[in-house]
Amino acid sequence: MSPFDELEQVRADALDALTACTTLPALAAWEKQYLGRKGQLTRLTRAVGTLPKEERPTFGKRANAIKQELTAAHEARLAQVKQEALSKDLAQGAVDVTLPGRPVALGHLHLTTQTLRQLYAIFAQMGFEVYEAPDVELEAYNFDLLNIPAYHPARDMWDTFWVRDEPHSEARRLLRTHTSPGQIRAMRERAPQPLRVILPGKVYRYEQITTRSEHQFYQVEGLAVGRTITMTDLIGTMHQFAELFYGAGRKIRVRSSYFPFTEPSIEIDTDCILCGGKGCSVCKYTGWLEIAGAGMVHPVVLQNGGYDPAEWSGFAFGLGVERPAMMKYGVKDIRYFYGNDLRFLRQF
Amino acid sequence: MRIPLSWLNDYVDVKDVPVAELRKRLDLAGLEVEKVDVIGHPGAELPWAPDKVLTAEVLSVRPHPDADRLVLAEVNYGGSEPEIVVTGAPSLYRRRGERDLHLKVAFAWKGAVLFDGHSEGWTKRKLKETKIRGVRSRAMVCSEKELGLAEEQTDIIYLPDDTPVGVPLVEVLGDYIFDFDIKGPFGHLQSVYGVAREVAALLDRPCSREPLEAVTRLGLHTTEQPDFIDLEIRAPDLCPRYTAAMIRRVNIGPSPLWMQMRLRRAGMRPINNIVDITNYVMLELGEPLHAFDYARLHGTQPERPAIIVRRAAAGETMTTLDETPRTFDGETLLITDGAGPVAVAGVMGGLHSEVAPETEDILLEAANFKFTNVRRTAQTLKLFTESAGRFGKRVDPELTLIAAARAAELMQSLAGGEVLPTVGDLYPGRPQPVTISYQPALADRLLGVTVSPQEQARILRALEFQVEAQGADWTVRVPSYRLDVRRAVDLVEEVARIWGYDRFPHTLISEPLPPLRENKSLLGEEQVRDLLVALGLDEVITYSLVDPQDEGRLTPPAAAPLTLPGQPVLLQNPLAPERAQMRRTLLPGLLRTAWANLRYLERVAIFELGRIYYAAGQPSVPEARTGVAEPRYLGALLTGPRQARWWQPQDRSALDYFDLKGIVESLLQSLGLLAETQWQRGDHPSFHSGRCAEVRLHGKRLGFIGELHPLVREAFALPEQPIVLLEWDLDLLLAAAGAVEPERRLKFISNFPPVREDLALVVDEDVPALDVQRAILKAGYPLVVGALLFDVYRGPQVPPGKKSLAFALSYQAPDKMLSSKNINSLRRRILKQVQKRFGATLRA
Repeated sequence: MSPFDELEQVRADALDALTACTTLPALAAWEKQYLGRKGQLTRLTRAVGTLPKEERPTFGKRANAIKQELTAAHEARLAQVKQEALSKDLAQGAVDVTLPGRPVALGHLHLTTQTLRQLYAIFAQMGFEVYEAPDVELEAYNFDLLNIPAYHPARDMWDTFWVRDEPHSEARRLLRTHTSPGQIRAMRERAPQPLRVILPGKVYRYEQITTRSEHQFYQVEGLAVGRTITMTDLIGTMHQFAELFYGAGRKIRVRSSYFPFTEPSIEIDTDCILCGGKGCSVCKYTGWLEIAGAGMVHPVVLQNGGYDPAEWSGFAFGLGVERPAMMKYGVKDIRYFYGNDLRFLRQF
Repeated sequence: MRIPLSWLNDYVDVKDVPVAELRKRLDLAGLEVEKVDVIGHPGAELPWAPDKVLTAEVLSVRPHPDADRLVLAEVNYGGSEPEIVVTGAPSLYRRRGERDLHLKVAFAWKGAVLFDGHSEGWTKRKLKETKIRGVRSRAMVCSEKELGLAEEQTDIIYLPDDTPVGVPLVEVLGDYIFDFDIKGPFGHLQSVYGVAREVAALLDRPCSREPLEAVTRLGLHTTEQPDFIDLEIRAPDLCPRYTAAMIRRVNIGPSPLWMQMRLRRAGMRPINNIVDITNYVMLELGEPLHAFDYARLHGTQPERPAIIVRRAAAGETMTTLDETPRTFDGETLLITDGAGPVAVAGVMGGLHSEVAPETEDILLEAANFKFTNVRRTAQTLKLFTESAGRFGKRVDPELTLIAAARAAELMQSLAGGEVLPTVGDLYPGRPQPVTISYQPALADRLLGVTVSPQEQARILRALEFQVEAQGADWTVRVPSYRLDVRRAVDLVEEVARIWGYDRFPHTLISEPLPPLRENKSLLGEEQVRDLLVALGLDEVITYSLVDPQDEGRLTPPAAAPLTLPGQPVLLQNPLAPERAQMRRTLLPGLLRTAWANLRYLERVAIFELGRIYYAAGQPSVPEARTGVAEPRYLGALLTGPRQARWWQPQDRSALDYFDLKGIVESLLQSLGLLAETQWQRGDHPSFHSGRCAEVRLHGKRLGFIGELHPLVREAFALPEQPIVLLEWDLDLLLAAAGAVEPERRLKFISNFPPVREDLALVVDEDVPALDVQRAILKAGYPLVVGALLFDVYRGPQVPPGKKSLAFALSYQAPDKMLSSKNINSLRRRILKQVQKRFGATLRA
């Protein structure tokens, strides 16, 4: 067989073999076999020297053409095989997209913390800073300095846990029954500067634990002292709070009330967040929900805090923390809060 | 306190005021109405149809022709002719054969819905026309039970003789009962009359003075030495006034229906006319009264009995009306006669001198006692009576004579008694009239609204204050019963609540904002919360009050005792033994929370951030010191499988020390403190001795972290699986975070890829890996940017007693690609250092 014939034979074999190549390794092997440095075409091209001089250009031209043809054919076949492989992969690699993803543990803030933060944020906008006071309090701070002397009937409003102290101790101690003792602490620290603080914290009541009552819960007390602070400021502040906490458009209602450390004293209701005031079981068919007890700081308390009531005035208010959350989320049992059932906490 | 509207109407006419409107006005003025019970009117449990339930009169009663126990009553109900009603009512049965009667009754026509009088509980039944033993029956005369007025079926109800016939019963017996929840020590609001006075002021209407004027009507006069009793007050500090009236020859019997009905509607049980009258006047005027059987009182001399008001001798005893023997301490105020105690002052009478069916003469006590003492006695004896409740809220001492006269008057008219015109009256504590200097401008200053002086004066006068309004300085005289009003600001409240808070505009504070301070400790606390939540932990808040035994449960038997800070804070009056102490550690709360949740969940990863409490030093009021330290602590707990079950391979091995450590390392990293902490083997009895670290920060102990001791796990009844937890001093952590914060600077971020190589070092078993890692980083600083420990190997390829620590090092410069020459020299430096410090050799 003449080199020319061999050349044509290689071309024909190569093209045949190429169509049989269906995988990338087979194509790589084919490329090596025919087009590689030691491949058949290369080997034949090197045989050009054995040809007569006048035939060499023709042979060389033809060999080049075949090389180009085979290269192009390889590239085309390669693209085709890749495409087929890709199509196959796309067709076969499909997953059930409804299978669940890899679980990641997600942490949760306690519902009380979330509610407290809302309150901090709302009152921060109105210029109230957070002031913290102790849980274990002196009787004097929890009661006497707040205008509630011993055996005063007003003490009935709070069932108290007493610390086991030495008998006849001069400074009896208790678990604060409200956040109000912080008022005295804050005032004594800041007087005679004006002040605006909120006092959050745990409070304790000697109460049997039921779905409606806990012996430990949170309160947020607010206190503003200044030279021109009025009842209408208090009512306006409470209205602002109601709108920010319970939603825009909330109405409020003010009722006269009694607290020993405020005079005049009021209670503030908002129109029921569930029925909008029409009356439902949550608002006991009154259309109103109580949201705060409040009032103008009693002159005795201002005095005890270091402010002259002739020149200064102030307002104070007390807010629940668990109850608003209960209303908002339909929690019927307060024991969920400090029972810490994670199935409860993880819902918020 | 329950007040029937029908009773209130006796003093102030509110018939034209819709009930809802009245309720609203009272609510807004501070007399909170908790609920309104409706009787007979629409909205009641059993409304009485005005056309079917009527007043009527029984004209005659004759036997039933065909039934022994039934009678036929001829009833005029206002129709064209009387209706024959078949009834078995005992009182009518007894009158069979009588005619020309005018017995006023409640009458129901067919179609009326009533309660079934013969079945237990409350079953509603519609009255139907029927035949009873051959006699047509289409109406009935009703019992209290059938009308829903009493729980027991006894007899039919009889209405007063002057009741008109044929009017809807609801107009005669229907009612609205206001149930008040009045907060505060307001004796003057603890009565129907007191509320009527408020209503009159609120509606600007007159209030009848009739119940206050019995003294005049009876022509009574007082003396300190009446001839029927020797009176003496030996404790004038506790008994400002003692008034004793005498009513002779009473007939004890039931009180009239109207009074029984009022008592019942107010929540009291009728007993007999004398006791009912004392209760009635207490409800009406707010002055608790006590009726003694005069014949049973002893004297100090034979001529007449005596009443001596004195403190008890400690240990003195008496049996009270409730048949309970009581022992008194020396601060209990007693009413005594010549022989001994006859009543606990203001709280409860004695059994011996109680009014009995055979009682003839009544000594009626109307006294005033110091309210704090009555409260103390009630609390000490745990005897919370209507009387003690009212006295405890302060009662006007002026009321004693007024109320005594009122009750005497009723005993005269309802029990046939004869009132002696002389009333004994000792009044050692007669109060001075109270006047307040008042400037109407104060109301404007505190309220922020302008209420004109004229309007303020009108309001105060409506509330029976005497106002001398001259210019800007007023003198206001307080009525004797307003024991709560002592200051100008109290008058401001009266003005505000009557003027009406619904008229107040809403404003915001107009003053400039006081200088704001950042609450760093709170911000830090919230930051830690956010970080731990981001790290996958759930926040819990447990009780501050814990079981004192829990501290013991944290220590396995035979272990060295747990050291907790300070002394425990214990309660004097715990709710339960397991809530008797303020916690000194967060661990039991976490363990109990884990226990409760492991009943439902396989994996628990929680933290708590809260105060612990311990006694430290003496309390002092002048120094505002409670003597209790309340540092904030951080606790965390992990237990359960590392990964949740899934449909692909997952790591189900138990969460361990390194899971929790990884979490807190991230926390420390975020706070800029990771490099500041020292970790060492910890010695804490609650932890597994081999898997516990003590973490120190700037030389102070931050706390412990490790795996729970198996015996402690048992003590808390937790399942047999590793539980890892930590308890750290959060205040210390946050103080350190605050201190390093200003030092934090950006570290370079290189644009040149790092060169990585692994370095395995063989060291003695007891060399802490962290020390080696820190030594590498220090020796290679700043070009060694990472030394990640990725393998700890012990085995044939290292000598016994040694371990191999493999670190993946990253070399990187901010400004160039490091050459192999650079790296060789760095490596040499590192190896030299670790060789010197730990005797480390490069693993072959």
